Amino acid sequence: MTATGNINRRQFLVKLARNAGGIALLGMGLGIYSRQSLSLPAQAIRPPGVANEKDFLSACVRCGLCVRGCPYDTLRLADFAADVPVGTPWFEARKVPCEMCEDIPCVKACPTGALNPDLTNIDDARMGIAVITDQESCIAFQGLRCEVCYNICPLENKAITLDRQHNARTGKHAMFIPVVHSDACTGCGKCEHACILEEAAIKVMPLKLAKGELGHHYRLGWKEKQKAGGSLVTPDKEHKYNLPKGMQYDYEGKGLIDERKKNVPFSSNPLDTLNQRKQP
Amino acid sequence: MVTPDNKLGDEAIAVKGWWKAWQWLVLRRVTQLGILAAFLAGPWLGIWIVKGNLASSLTLGVLPLSDPYLIVQSMFAGHLPELTAISGAIIVLVFYTLIGGRSYCAWVCPVNIITDTAECLRRKLGIKSAASISRNARYWLLAASLLLASITGTMAWELVNPATLIARSLVFGVGFSLFMIAFIFVLDTLVSRRAWCGHLCPMGAFYSLLGYYSIVRVSAYNRSQCDDCMECFAVCPEPQVIKPALKGEAKGNGPVIVSANCTNCGRCIDICSKDVFKFDSRFNNKVSATETHQREVLP
Repeated sequence: MTATGNINRRQFLVKLARNAGGIALLGMGLGIYSRQSLSLPAQAIRPPGVANEKDFLSACVRCGLCVRGCPYDTLRLADFAADVPVGTPWFEARKVPCEMCEDIPCVKACPTGALNPDLTNIDDARMGIAVITDQESCIAFQGLRCEVCYNICPLENKAITLDRQHNARTGKHAMFIPVVHSDACTGCGKCEHACILEEAAIKVMPLKLAKGELGHHYRLGWKEKQKAGGSLVTPDKEHKYNLPKGMQYDYEGKGLIDERKKNVPFSSNPLDTLNQRKQP
Repeated sequence: MVTPDNKLGDEAIAVKGWWKAWQWLVLRRVTQLGILAAFLAGPWLGIWIVKGNLASSLTLGVLPLSDPYLIVQSMFAGHLPELTAISGAIIVLVFYTLIGGRSYCAWVCPVNIITDTAECLRRKLGIKSAASISRNARYWLLAASLLLASITGTMAWELVNPATLIARSLVFGVGFSLFMIAFIFVLDTLVSRRAWCGHLCPMGAFYSLLGYYSIVRVSAYNRSQCDDCMECFAVCPEPQVIKPALKGEAKGNGPVIVSANCTNCGRCIDICSKDVFKFDSRFNNKVSATETHQREVLP
């Protein structure tokens, strides 16, 4: 320092560089850490009304009002140095699933809109999607009756349906296979919570991880045809069959239609004729 | 005569009595712990006074309050918060603009209790270590935190922000946040005096900016009585703010501590045995006001 208490240029530059360097280093470290923190672990589910993780992390001030709003102690705030960004709300379906309250108190409590207030019907929530991750251990696939996930599902017979299949092992029984439908599943996790196995065979996963997406250039012919109300390429030709006079064949419907039978005085069922004769 | 560290405050207690020598510190602790208790009464006793935490809260089901620094970070990250958070932030903003931005630091923020304890231990153990950190580093950090928010599109600073992290953990369960508490404590005890709150905390820097023109300020209204014991400088978390007011009469400075870095903690008021300081309005800052006050106080 000079006598007047000012610092000279060299000292000033050194001081500036040191401060700027320190803060740049810290900022860089934090920037990398924040990138890493965007990858939420698959078993961590966000409350309803979160569309994507990045938008959420720009909006959530980590106040915990959603946690206080949750009547079932489902939500909790992430601890420091955990997999989930510190202070943000999340839940683990296998421990406590979302009970899908009709009034959605967690979304109502959110002051910032990190939980989107446009979500007014809980059935529209998409916290994730249930996936049968292990067919080898799911007992329905062994031909045993379980259907616990099917029965516990709040969107009864919509988010999970049972698909009846032939049991090839016994040759005479049916298997009731649970099938999840993404147009209805909210990702509440009640199925994962209720799964009777030691480790659940049905798990809620982030939509991004679990859902496939068809190439945008794909057009499914039968759907396009239905949309257009007719064939888009060449007009549908009527099928013509070389049949005796008075007979038709409906390829996509009734099959063989025998117009002649209308004029025959006999029923197509021979028993009718026999019973008719018995009458006096 | 300069008072040695181990005799700090002795004279004030002898002259003014215990209460007058500690009152602002006690009141601050009561406020800090009271606010914490209001948050904890819900989860612990089922009496819901305030829900949430210092980041954003709802008092008695009607009054929303939000930390404006967090709301600003969120906006830099590209999110426009809902009206509840915005209005909550404006209420807080107006409040601290009036009563002194960094009153938040001294009267509300729980980190203050940790760093005050560290400072106390430092003095007791005679630790003199001092890392050379600029008092302006916090403003750089403030700028960096906002820049980082806009670059990453997330509130990146909130991944480590000790102020919000510790405040939240005290209400929602401490867990590994203990490490952050320990980090701040060790930093302030061993690395440098008042390292966190006085040099680095960007949240404090933000509140400093809020308090740039705040009305409630500490005034060295009785500065002619100063006997240069230096006790106020020894206890002040931002000692550089005192000098222009206390010793600036010759330079034409008024008696009010106008620096936005002053936390309005009132320790200088407590520790001064000559009653040089008091809380006052920033407008009561005439250079010659000293005599007027003396006539009022000591007729």
